[in-house]
Amino acid sequence: MNAFRYARANDVASALATVAADPKAKYVAGGTNVLDLMKEYVEQPSVLVDITHLPLRGIDPAPHGVRIGALALMSDVADHPAVARDFPAVSQALLLSASPQLRNMATIGGNIMQRTRCAYFRDATQPCNKRAPGAGCAALEGVNRQHAVVGGSDHCICTHPSDLAVALLALDAVVHVRGRAGERAIPFASFYVLPGATPQRETVLEHGDLIAAVELPASPLARGSYYLKVRDRASYEFALVSVAAALDVAGGRIRAARVALGGVAPAPWRAHDAEAALAGKRPDAAAFAAAAQAATHGMRGRGQNDFKIALARRAVARALAHAGGAA
Amino acid sequence: MEFSKVTRRRFLLRAALPTIAAGVGVGSPRLSAAVAAVASVSVLPAQGPEPIPVSLNVNGRSYDLRIEPRVTLLDALRERLALTGTKKGCDQGTCGACTVLADGRRVNSCLTLAVMAQGKAITTIEGLAKGDELHPVQAAFLAHDGFQCGYCTPGQIMSAVALIAEKRPADEASVREWMSGNICRCGAYPNIVAAVRAAAGQPA
Repeated sequence: MNAFRYARANDVASALATVAADPKAKYVAGGTNVLDLMKEYVEQPSVLVDITHLPLRGIDPAPHGVRIGALALMSDVADHPAVARDFPAVSQALLLSASPQLRNMATIGGNIMQRTRCAYFRDATQPCNKRAPGAGCAALEGVNRQHAVVGGSDHCICTHPSDLAVALLALDAVVHVRGRAGERAIPFASFYVLPGATPQRETVLEHGDLIAAVELPASPLARGSYYLKVRDRASYEFALVSVAAALDVAGGRIRAARVALGGVAPAPWRAHDAEAALAGKRPDAAAFAAAAQAATHGMRGRGQNDFKIALARRAVARALAHAGGAA
Repeated sequence: MEFSKVTRRRFLLRAALPTIAAGVGVGSPRLSAAVAAVASVSVLPAQGPEPIPVSLNVNGRSYDLRIEPRVTLLDALRERLALTGTKKGCDQGTCGACTVLADGRRVNSCLTLAVMAQGKAITTIEGLAKGDELHPVQAAFLAHDGFQCGYCTPGQIMSAVALIAEKRPADEASVREWMSGNICRCGAYPNIVAAVRAAAGQPA
């Protein structure tokens, strides 16, 4: 790990000013991702600004849902009764993430900002356009079983590792961000940026922006949400494919649906075609199969990861069968 | 733009420091005031990268150290406090050998900076027994032979202590899930699970 300076923030304004003033400054909260990457020399900050003492830890009722402070721990959010009741996919996604130890450390803000697990990104001796823009992408012709089947580019085919982010996308979360110009609200659907020619840019945040909270709107859809994770091990492993599905069923018909996938793209992936295919249908196996087919429209593997497309189709159908209290 | 502004300020700071320091001596209150006047008031003072004072509370005892900000809690425990019961396995948060309790909650000490562990009550494997009397989870690991080489065992035991404090279900599947952050390369899992279930008060 490179040597760095440490600053402890006791108010948001000073934290913002300190990071904004130095292009190589970074925030640290749980540290589970940034310290790991620092040990690999992937991250080499000049100064770490410790934000764990900022008052951004609360999980509070919001006018139409819940507001989760950016510093709330994964374990505390997963165990929160209102989150588990009104947003089951969020609680499930968190409990299927990492390990109990890491969930006691990692925060909600850090979780959605975590970097890809692509082995070439994590190996500073390999070419990676995300780590070193212009260096090339070793995954394109390398070991890419874990990599993206949609949303990537000729510059980057990484996948986004967060389970929580998939659930937040499906449930129309809003990210509240503090910047030097004040607080702004970013709908989760426009929070991430696909790699294109600039894979080093992953979100719409500017350097120095600080996530203050994530807000979730309550709805019958959210209450009927479900998170399915498929991985190489039974536990403590990142997703090969995951699905957050939500159904609002009334009078035997699907009134609204949400389908988002993880493990398939450089950002959590919303399957609008699948949602459209479900609208107005009876919630049965035929409708779920049609939606699953639609969810994988446009997906293309690179050989080793071709299996993810069939896996995604099955995972979508299975997640929908569990959503809306149907199973 | 932003970058050049910062660079200019840093240049001014560096240019100003020797003059001021020569006059009043490094570390004096007047120097701090002078630096604050040059820098933007809202930028936080940073410490390091050289060793800085860090106070840790481990197993009920206080320790005052001088360590670099980059020293992990794991390395501080092992290399500075000679508390080598906490093990370094992967050093990247994937094996759990370094598990300790921070304010009663299990964490990976390899991904915790010592400087950020200040103000928390840290408990390591050395802090479990009362004199010669083993903690019930330690006794259960002995009774059920919950290890082979023993390297992962301190982390397994700390994790199990937390699992019981968290009141997680103690059926076999739940124990396996809630102990999944602790890897055993010897594969002693059946006996580890038996030890944890016994310590949690479940019939074998």
